[in-house]
Amino acid sequence: MADGPTVLDVRDLKVVFATRAGEIHAVNRVSFDLKAGELLGVVGESGSGKSVTMMALLGLLPSPPAEIRSGQVLFEGEDLVTCGARRLKAIRGHRIGFVFQDPMTSLNPVFTVGFQIMEPLRRHLGLDKARARRRAAELLDLVGIPDASRRLGDYPHQFSGGMRQRVMIAIALACEPRLLIADEPTTALDVTIQAQILELVRDLRRSLGMAIVWITHDLGVIAGIADRVMVMYAGQVVEMAPVRDLFADPRHPYTRALLATVPSVRGPRADKLQAIDGQPPLLLAHPAACSFAPRCAHAAGSCAVANPPRRPVMPAHEVACVFDMARARPAPVLDVAHG
Amino acid sequence: MLTFTLRRLLLSIPTLLAISLVIFLILELAPGDPVASMPLTIPPEVREKIRESLGLGAPFHVRYLLWLKAFFVTEPLHALDALLGTDFAAGSQRILSFQSRSPVFDIIAERLPQTLTVVGMAYLIGVLIAVPIGIISAYRQYSWFDQIGTLIAMLGYSVPTFFTGVLLIVVFSVHLGWFPSIYDTTLVVDSWDSFLLQVRQMTLPVAVLALYNAAQISRFMRASMLDNLHQDYVRTARAKGMGERVVVFVHVLRNSMIPVVTVVALGVPGVFGGAIITEQVFKVNGLGQLLITAIYGNDVPMVQTLTFIFAILIVLFNLVADVLYGLLDPRIRYD
Ligand SMILES: Nc1ncnc2c1ncn2[C@@H]1O[C@H](COP(=O)(O)OP(=O)(O)OP(=O)(O)O)[C@@H](O)[C@H]1O
Ligand SMILES: [Mg+2]
Repeated sequence: MADGPTVLDVRDLKVVFATRAGEIHAVNRVSFDLKAGELLGVVGESGSGKSVTMMALLGLLPSPPAEIRSGQVLFEGEDLVTCGARRLKAIRGHRIGFVFQDPMTSLNPVFTVGFQIMEPLRRHLGLDKARARRRAAELLDLVGIPDASRRLGDYPHQFSGGMRQRVMIAIALACEPRLLIADEPTTALDVTIQAQILELVRDLRRSLGMAIVWITHDLGVIAGIADRVMVMYAGQVVEMAPVRDLFADPRHPYTRALLATVPSVRGPRADKLQAIDGQPPLLLAHPAACSFAPRCAHAAGSCAVANPPRRPVMPAHEVACVFDMARARPAPVLDVAHG
Repeated sequence: MLTFTLRRLLLSIPTLLAISLVIFLILELAPGDPVASMPLTIPPEVREKIRESLGLGAPFHVRYLLWLKAFFVTEPLHALDALLGTDFAAGSQRILSFQSRSPVFDIIAERLPQTLTVVGMAYLIGVLIAVPIGIISAYRQYSWFDQIGTLIAMLGYSVPTFFTGVLLIVVFSVHLGWFPSIYDTTLVVDSWDSFLLQVRQMTLPVAVLALYNAAQISRFMRASMLDNLHQDYVRTARAKGMGERVVVFVHVLRNSMIPVVTVVALGVPGVFGGAIITEQVFKVNGLGQLLITAIYGNDVPMVQTLTFIFAILIVLFNLVADVLYGLLDPRIRYD
């Protein structure tokens, strides 16, 4: 669908948190890339490292405790891990917009919404107050907040959760970034507003050629807007595939389990909601074996021995499993020096 | 906000009346006799006369009402007279001190400047150094700056002022001879030299009190900053590409100042109350010292009036703190 130039290329990213209980290996050698105009959906259980991965890209994790242990984050060819604070500041909010997960706490309670939208406009685009204000009103209008220019003077607490999330989106879009990272941006919204936001994002993607990372728990949303999907488990990417392939032909046991948890509207009514049994691992060390094996219905002896690297099973479809579920037979045991 | 302020001001009138009654009752019930400290050779009849001349003969409620009238009517009128040269208060009875027989308010007016220059200055300096220290300590949590700041704050807060005061006197007055150990109230500042003298004699008491105040407020500032530095909106500000200076001094500071401003406002009445111990150590005859001597001398009108003035200030600055809170935090609405 999108084959513009590569905007983002993340290689082998590893993030560790130093805690009193020891190191938490939250993100383990995550690699993915993104082309201009492409929308990458990111799914995975709570705690699988989706937010931490994306915040690490922009150096937004508090350090300590967070540490980027290894890896590269190439944004338009420039490594954000090593480029330095000054450069990073010029990119954040300007070339890359970020929408955070929690709209209730992500806005500063003592400044007006207008001030907070105008900040990046004035800093990055050098707009004067009047022009920044006009643009801020446009942005609020764009994300569907009625009576936008009057509401610029309101404070966050005067907005509902969904409206705050839209304000966050307006801030992220303010400077027309090349890349938008949206962390569960529509979770707090009702279905109609959600549809509006999705429509808006689709438009912007087309008109600006913006690349988008869209984190969500809602597989329905992913099916509707994503080009490709990245499935995360225990800080690792376990499957990466074009959206159609992922839903039609999931190859990783975890992905299959995840898809099975979605209640179908059309199918026969399930007696109870499916859930994946067991708990995700604690991540106290770099995974030496497959992290999903303890919960996996298909686990075999080889799963506890080595951590399988991601490998292509079809064009553009990669899976980190010793098996290939499509054919449901063990793949040859891999050379795991990489894992 | 205005209606809120007015309503609160009106509401504070019954509150203050109740407080004044309670103070009056407590002093009434307290043992002690204003003539007790007079020589034993005075015969009992004379003693009774003296007591009557002090107004102690009248029943309780009469004395209370007379005091109220004097406090709320005569004294303000008198102040007006002094200001405008009018003659409204002519002949009405002012509140007189048992000890000196001079009007209580005149004595207070005499003592207030000492207290305000020393204690007020110490409060101001304390706040001014506490805020930046609190900010840096929080921003560089666990750095050597923060560790030293914590240590000094602990010392400043936990070591009593009579100890730090005496310590400073021993070091800087006795051994080094840099500063006088006694505050000379009679010093008139009218030249450069006398100004320097005034600064020198203020240095030690102000330092003692400023350390104490700064220790407390810097801890507050630090805690409040730390609270806010870890909020989500700080991450949002960074994600927008704002510089650290903007993040800290605009986004975090504005939020952190809200509780600190409240605490600072609530501490202001304490300035007027004087710092009883420090004033004693350095012989600053301010309001704190005045209250102590009045209590020792069973000078009921003086104690009553001073205590009530403190009560008014506390009620007033509670209101000021609330109003400031409302101004700084848009989430607070008082209507
Ligand atoms: N400050 C921190 N200190 C220690 N561990 C952390 C910290 N922040 C995150 N983690 C750990 O990192 C892991 C990944 O967390 P992350 O927030 O990325 O999950 P997520 O996939 O975004 O989940 P959700 O869907 O609930 O948002 C979790 O196991 C979490 O415990
Ligand atoms: Mg998350």
